Amino acid sequence: MPLLEARDVHGGYGGMNILNGVDMSIEADEIGVIVGPNGAGKSTMLKAIFGLLQVNQGEIRLRGEPITNLAPNKLVHMGMGFVPQENNIFPSLSVEENLEMGAYIRPSGVSRMLEQIYEFFPPLLDKRRQPAGELSGGQRQMVAMGRALMVEPSVLLLDEPTAGLSPLFMNEIFERVKKINAAGVGILMVEQHAKQALAIAHKGFVLAAGYNRFTDTGEALLNDPEVAKSFLGG
Amino acid sequence: MNELVFFINNVVVAGSVTGSIYAMGAIGVTLVFSIMRFAHFAHADMMTLGAFVVLLLSLAFPGAGSVVGLPTAIVMLPIAMVVTAAVAVGIDKAFYKPLRSHGVKPIVIVIGSLGVTLMLQGLLRLFAGTSPQNMYVAERKEIYRLELPFEAVTRPVIVTEPQVILFILVVAAVVGLHLFLNKTRTGKAMRAMSDNPDLARASGINTNHIVSVTWIIVGGLATMAGTLLSMDVTFKPDLSFFLLLPIFAAAIVGGVGHPYGAIAGGFVVGFAETLAVFNWAVLLRPFQERLPDWLELPNNLAFVGTEYKIVVPFFILVAILVWRPTGIFKGKVI
Repeated sequence: MPLLEARDVHGGYGGMNILNGVDMSIEADEIGVIVGPNGAGKSTMLKAIFGLLQVNQGEIRLRGEPITNLAPNKLVHMGMGFVPQENNIFPSLSVEENLEMGAYIRPSGVSRMLEQIYEFFPPLLDKRRQPAGELSGGQRQMVAMGRALMVEPSVLLLDEPTAGLSPLFMNEIFERVKKINAAGVGILMVEQHAKQALAIAHKGFVLAAGYNRFTDTGEALLNDPEVAKSFLGG
Repeated sequence: MNELVFFINNVVVAGSVTGSIYAMGAIGVTLVFSIMRFAHFAHADMMTLGAFVVLLLSLAFPGAGSVVGLPTAIVMLPIAMVVTAAVAVGIDKAFYKPLRSHGVKPIVIVIGSLGVTLMLQGLLRLFAGTSPQNMYVAERKEIYRLELPFEAVTRPVIVTEPQVILFILVVAAVVGLHLFLNKTRTGKAMRAMSDNPDLARASGINTNHIVSVTWIIVGGLATMAGTLLSMDVTFKPDLSFFLLLPIFAAAIVGGVGHPYGAIAGGFVVGFAETLAVFNWAVLLRPFQERLPDWLELPNNLAFVGTEYKIVVPFFILVAILVWRPTGIFKGKVI
């Protein structure tokens, strides 16, 4: 049974559909990457999974259980973590308080999880008393991912975790993503840096105009001349 | 030297009292704004309501104070805080929550709170009448006269019992609020929700619960401030008319959304008010001989008359909105 499965998802804001039938499926130990041109519905798909916008047709399942249009806080309880692209931290709270808020629904394991997060993101340990809003872009991203990991989710949704970061930080974030995945967390992320992201992906989904243009393993998509020509810049 | 005592009595003591009251009120306004993002105009009436509950309880059990050696009103304060907090949660559920769940613009809720103000004022007048009432139902108000150990000083520094209690409770409330916001899980969740409500929800924080907690704190603080002000002067059913403007000025001066800013703003506005109505001629009179002859000291040298002191917070409010709309602590712009 796949960890996360979406079948023929239609949805959008208000009356207009942005998603016109997206299929997606990742296993428990996989990294899935969604790529595609601007306006293809990549972030919209992630928000549809996390219950942030109305799905009008189709079905989304988590470990076989239907979760279509469930409220975000219910999904958090079911083991789903979501890191939005923007406004993904509490800027006036300290780094550690940000992480604690991630574990709000499960306060018992906080100290154990804090240790684990600092192991994933060592730079955060020194900054744990600083307001998160004062950190650099890369470190903020670490805080955001750490916050979502605090409830030990089985699947983590990342919306463009490397947006606005320098290439150096981008590689660092990708390394962390691989490490988190190796620790047993399924990952579904949207990425602008398609080539680098597909290189670490088990599964890739190329979206265009709200539906799947290509769906394959990350490696196969990277080597597909047609994908390369139209979506990876040659 | 008696002039100095006059200054202490009329500026230092009076300013601290007014400042403390404004600070407690402004904390409430700022908490509501940071959690629910609207300016709560009914806040001053919540203070009046809290004081009225204390008055009712004191009238019902006038002997309660003498049992523990405190004014009856202070003994009744915790009960009144619970009652007012419950009313505050109820008002939110009945009037503001339906508006919020319809996703209306904040200004609609602000107008709603104006309606709540009128309603509360009407109810208070219906049950409390319109004339001022003494909060000391059964006992006398203690007045402490502190003689200063200087020969030239013949007049005492005067502090009243409710003022002393006010200072103690303000410090306790501020320390308590600080610990609550920084050390407890719910307090941190409140700050998180104020920072980023969407992310708070995505983290599984129950925002309805946080809203209720906010109203409980706001109702409790409002009762405290309203009661102590009424004990210091008298209980007036139309108290809120004189409080609303300075409280909002204090919240904005401090930076909306910052509890510590609200405290600072409260004291800035409180002291500005007392300094503006202070008769500076008293302090200058000892130097009369050294002043040039053509300069004759008038009897009253205050910036504004006491009856017009409400213009001071109004002026501060206008000035801060023109020159620094985010306030001292860089808060949000209402």
